[in-house]
Order: sequence, then structure tokens, then C-alpha cells
Amino acid sequence: MIFTGAAHCFGDDINTDYLSPSKYKARKLTFEEYAQHMMEDIRPGFYESLTPGDILVAGENFGCGSSRESAPRVIQAAKIPVVVAKSFARIFYRNAISLGLPLVEVDTTSIREGETIEVDVLLGTIKTDHGTIQGTPLPPVLMGVLLEGGMLANFQKYGSFRLDRED
Amino acid sequence: MGKTIAEKILSQKSHVDAYANDFVVANLDLTLSHDGNRPLAVEVFQQMGLTKVWDARKNIQILDHAPCKPSDNYAQKQQILRNFAREQGVRFHDLGDGACHQLLPEKGYVAPGELVVGTDSHTCTYGALNVFSTGIGSSDMACAMACGKLWFRVPETIKIVLTGSIPAGVYAKDIILYLIGMIGANGANYQAVEFTGPVISALSVEERLTISNMAIEMGAKAGLMEADEKTIGWLVGRVGRPYTCVRADADAKYCRVVQVDVSAITPQIARPHRVDNVCSVDEIGDVPVSEAILGTCTNGRLSDLRVGAAMIKGRRVHPDTRLFVIPASRQVYLDAMREGLLETFVAAGAVIGVPGCSGCSGGASVGVPASGENVITTANRNFKGRLGNSEGFLYLASPATVVASAMTGRITDCRNWL
Repeated sequence: MIFTGAAHCFGDDINTDYLSPSKYKARKLTFEEYAQHMMEDIRPGFYESLTPGDILVAGENFGCGSSRESAPRVIQAAKIPVVVAKSFARIFYRNAISLGLPLVEVDTTSIREGETIEVDVLLGTIKTDHGTIQGTPLPPVLMGVLLEGGMLANFQKYGSFRLDRED
Repeated sequence: MGKTIAEKILSQKSHVDAYANDFVVANLDLTLSHDGNRPLAVEVFQQMGLTKVWDARKNIQILDHAPCKPSDNYAQKQQILRNFAREQGVRFHDLGDGACHQLLPEKGYVAPGELVVGTDSHTCTYGALNVFSTGIGSSDMACAMACGKLWFRVPETIKIVLTGSIPAGVYAKDIILYLIGMIGANGANYQAVEFTGPVISALSVEERLTISNMAIEMGAKAGLMEADEKTIGWLVGRVGRPYTCVRADADAKYCRVVQVDVSAITPQIARPHRVDNVCSVDEIGDVPVSEAILGTCTNGRLSDLRVGAAMIKGRRVHPDTRLFVIPASRQVYLDAMREGLLETFVAAGAVIGVPGCSGCSGGASVGVPASGENVITTANRNFKGRLGNSEGFLYLASPATVVASAMTGRITDCRNWL
């Protein structure tokens, strides 16, 4: 599970209202349409600046705030394959695992806006042209679930939550 | 080795001798969803081809996030939930019954020692009743509804010990805002918090609910308290089924212990746009407010309305300010009506709102700020755009501070109005 793309860098405490604003809750939008409003309150034009495969890079506490699952869903709808951050808020982290959105926890301080990075989800490493940064990969139990497409896929396959795979 | 409250509840519910950082699959006592979710947990459930909730008594659907039925889209979502509740026979509360985090304690749907999940980040509220309760997303919930279990990573616990005596004009809301300012929005990330100490014992159950409600704002998975005589007394008449109070062992391991003397705490304000951007009312400077909100699952209870009504009785809302008063449930509305509190507010110029998340979530379309407007509110979150306009500015405070500010038209020290 290796992804290469341009980095879009954000700071700390990027909350789920910024990812999927509540003002649109009253409207009937597909997640592809909702994704067009991603981050517009803090970086207007962000969605327009994205190319499929680009990577979201952030500081501490990414995805904090409301439990809304629309937050990881719009990231997936925008064709962002992985999120890399110093730390993840816990409900967002759970929701990403549920939906099979890969996450890597790593010190993102040295990653520059727009630079191409290579993210190895299994190893938890980020390769840049100025060096490789070692982060903390997901715990083995959750990595196994992610490789199956996420907890929702795991549940549908086994009919229950199977945290330890037999194979 | 001794266990924390979180370790005990998750062990009991998974039949595993679990400690912090272990993964478990645990049995759930209650699963909660509402009309504010996108997608609805019910929609994911149906899309997965699931047909039956594992135990109809242990699922509850509540229409609280848009109780005024503000759009055709919301009306559609509410109809989906209404139909689902009817066909499955699960518990259901229609619009106007109140906010989920008031209804669940009020109606006795949660009890000490239980494990509860909800598709709402403020599900941590019931920790005040010794319940391990936490927020999850719609996909997690759909799976939980099918099998009655959920996976958890057992959290470490931070113990917060509150001592001293609460000064006049300082309330539970000020205490939790102060703690969030101190610990930070990320300070308890992945961790459960145990709130303890003589100050907690001295608080009423409604005040304890205010504190646990905001545990998520420091990143916590749960905001737990022990149950005492006050808790048990409060539950009489609400909970008929047997329950087990869970205490931490004397030798339980905590990742951090924080001691706070509340004697020096002043009324607190969380400034835009972060909940941990907290300062004392002494430091806030001159901030005009054209909107004030007294309500929400954080501070819309009878005791909160009583504090506000006592301050504003015989007085008026400032001509440059709009005050919305939103009882947290139908029962609170009735009780406030019978005590004359609503008459006091209406006579003072306030607008009474529909019980639910009115004035908290932008989707409810109540109290949406104009661009540049300052709003002071008893809600639990002040992110940019939270109330429906990203050019509005939200300040969080206690009911007393909110009502004092509604009378003067600027953020005001409520201690001058006691």
C-alpha cells in the first residue's frame, strides 16, 4: 500500500466541520458534490487545486470535532488515497478504519506544500527528496483490517467483527 | 492489577480481562442515532442489505438535529428514520421531544456500568452517570445495530481530581472550559477521563452532565464519573432495571493525574474558533454580542434555565441583542413553563426555541449569525461555520455569563449580576 502524490499541507486541529461543513447538511448532496466544499472555510479553492492522488498532510489532532463520517467520505470522494498527520482525533481515526481510508501517523513538520511524497502505509514511512521520515504505522490488528478494505468490509465478509485473522 | 472504570466496563462487556491498549469486541447496552448524520446509520444499514436490528430495545432513533424541520432534505431524512423505527420497533423520539443527550439520561435509557455508543461526538455525556459512552460514525453504527457488539481499543485514563470550593458566579461550564483550556483540544486524545474529587461530589447530576458532555472537546474517548448517592437518587423513577455501579480500583493505573483547585477559577469564555481558546471573563476585553443562546445538550436543562431566569427576571434583553432560550427537552420545556421561567424569558424579550439542537448545529437553521456577528452561547463547540455562517464568531460560556451578556449587549462578568 504505497501512494505517491503532491502534498497539501495543513496545520493542527483540522476539524470535521472544515472537512464537511454543517451548513450543507440541509442540502441533498452526493459525497462527490460535498467534497467540492472541503476546507472552503479555511482555504477557499482547495478542492479546485486537487489532482486525484494528491495527499493530505496535517499537524496534530486531524479530524477533531464532530463524529460525522462525511469527513473521511469526502476525502475518499476527492480521490485522496491517504492522510498523513502528526496525530488523529479518535472518532475520525475510527471512521477512517471503518471505511478503509489509510492513515499514517508521522511528524509532518518538514513536508513542504506541493512537494511529491511517497507514503508507505505498512511501514509508516514518508519518502521526500530531502529524506525519509519514519512514523508509527497502524497497530497490526487494525492494519489487517485496513488491508481487507476497512472494518465495514471486514464485517460484511465475516458477518461480525473479526479482529484476528486466522491466516 | 487494578483497573480503571473504562477497563472494568470494557472487560465486563467483552468477557475478557482487558487493560489499556487491548483490543476487544464488546456487547452494547444501547445504540443511538439521530437525524444529523450524513449518511444516516440507518441508510448504511439498509445499503449493506441488513434487515433486522439485533435487539429493538437497545436501539434508539431521535429527531433532534433539525427539530423545526427547516428543509425538504431534512424532512426526507426524518421520514426515513420514522419509517425505520416503526418497521423495526426500536425506540423513537420525534422532533420536539428534545436533544438526545438530554433524553437518554432523562428517560432512564442509560444506567451506571452500561456501554453505550452514539453517532454523535457528545455521546460522552452519560459518563456523568458512570456509563462508558462514546461517539462513533454511521458505518460502525450500522454494524453495531446488526450484531449488538462493537470493537474497541481500551483507552488509557487520565484522572482529573477537582478540589477546593466553587466561587460564586462560577459554574460547571466554567470548570470544564477551564480544564479544556488547560489540557488542550488534543490533550486527552485516545484517552478516557475520570473526573473525581469533592468538587464533583458537590455538583448536581445536571451539572455533572455539563462536564462530561464536553470531554470530547479535549479529545477524550469518555468522560467518566463514579456513581454516588446523588446519582442513584436521580435515577429513581427513571431506571427500573438493575444496574451495577463501577468504581476504579485503588491501584488502577492512570497515564496522568491532574489536580485542580477550583477556588481560583473565574467565569470562562472560549473564544472563536477553538474550544481550547479559553480565557477568563476578566481578560476578554470589550466584545459586543448581538446574539445569545441559552440551551443545547450542554446547558439547556432546568437548572440552567433557572439560573438564567433568576438573573433576567424583571429586566430586558439589550435592544441590540437577540436571546434564544431553548429547553433541552419537552419535559424541561413543561417544567420551565410551570415554574414561570418561560414567562420570565418571553417578558424580557427572549425567543423560545424548539427543544433539540436548535442554536447549536448549523443544520438546525436556528440562530444562524450574520457575517461579522458575535454570538455568545452555552453550546459546546465554536468552530468556524458551526452555526451555519463561517463569517460569524462564536463565544462559549456558562448560562449566567450568556444571560448577563444578553442584558448588556456585550460579554459581561455575571458576578456583577448576582
